Amino acid sequence: MADKTFRLKIIAPERIFYEDDVTFVEFRTTEGDIGIYPGHIALTTIVSPGIIKMHTPSGDIKEAALIDGFAEILADQVMILAEAVEWPEEIDVNRAKEAQIRAERRIKDADGDLDRAELALKRAIVRQRIAR
Amino acid sequence: MASMRDIKRRKESVTSTQQITKAMKLVATVKLQKAKARAERNKPYFNALYKTICSILSKTEHIEHPYLIENGSNRKAMIVITSNKGLAGGYNSNIVKEVVGTGFAPADVDIYAVGRKGAEGLARKGYKIVSDDSEAINEPLYKDAIDISNRVLESYTKGEVGEIYMAYTNFKNTVSQEAKLIKLLPLNIDELPAGEDDDNMVLMNYEPEAEEALDVLIPKYIGNLLYGAFVEALASENGARMQAMDSATTNADNMIADLSLKYNRARQASITQELTEIIAGSEAIS
Repeated sequence: MADKTFRLKIIAPERIFYEDDVTFVEFRTTEGDIGIYPGHIALTTIVSPGIIKMHTPSGDIKEAALIDGFAEILADQVMILAEAVEWPEEIDVNRAKEAQIRAERRIKDADGDLDRAELALKRAIVRQRIAR
Repeated sequence: MASMRDIKRRKESVTSTQQITKAMKLVATVKLQKAKARAERNKPYFNALYKTICSILSKTEHIEHPYLIENGSNRKAMIVITSNKGLAGGYNSNIVKEVVGTGFAPADVDIYAVGRKGAEGLARKGYKIVSDDSEAINEPLYKDAIDISNRVLESYTKGEVGEIYMAYTNFKNTVSQEAKLIKLLPLNIDELPAGEDDDNMVLMNYEPEAEEALDVLIPKYIGNLLYGAFVEALASENGARMQAMDSATTNADNMIADLSLKYNRARQASITQELTEIIAGSEAIS
């Protein structure tokens, strides 16, 4: 199993974030966590804030914060169009912490858009978790 | 004939103006390169997004999605992208002309202005500016584009506006830019190239369902289209300014040559006159 690979492309609006062969990749979608081996059924799905783990053929596991976007999965290729995706070293932990506090406050006061606040909270938590 | 001093003063003023236009041209050239690189970077993302939307729409039949059918309102939302600074030739006025040229009554149009010059021009013509995000065009961020598109989409889903347009300047190449007006919503399925299935014969599954996926994808698509328009408009602005400043510099060159000639003539005339006077004077004495 480990010798089989597929192409993973992660494209962000301002750069091509990642493009390489991987053996396995997992990330979170709106329907739950998903793990993809080569030969996956064709599927288009929406990304939910979470950590993406990319298993390279050499056995390394790379992690990144995948915040928003969608993925097109084919048997030999996975393309993720990410609106926001960051390597751990690119994340500003203090900013994420502040964002978390702000989002929590908004949820507690229950003013304005709860869905948005919840999404902001998820984003902030994911960013902090991966940056650690 | 103007005096020597006047001509000299005028020549100096033209020379210093020329220095400014020359510097502005150089600045615009550098900015143009940057904006062009940025536009290039957005291309892979945009193309992939566009392809996915097309393939969803072509594979799923009879979608009755609110973004695809008209909602009956006859108000129009228009996102107008211009620049904050002038001195860019016809760049801003072409966009204003394009908007006025649609023939929509100004009272029926909500303008979402990005760029001060366009906002001012349209406000003078009686259009209603509902929002002004002019800061965004100085340094286009993806987030700004998403924010604006969310706001416009919200008023679309509420039924406040029935159509969404976007006016921006298409960057063809360094010397040619074209003001363009495109319709964002409702999406016209017939206009999308349907069924490019040769490389993609698999049956695609959607999770969540295709219609729900469209709910998420279309706002992303609009947002990205807007972002693409931002970076392209920025490239166009600098292209237009570069050209305008280039011809201003050339014009200044011509004026300086002309004024130099006049100045030399005036100097020669005054020397000749002085000589005539001296000779006449000495003749009178002798």
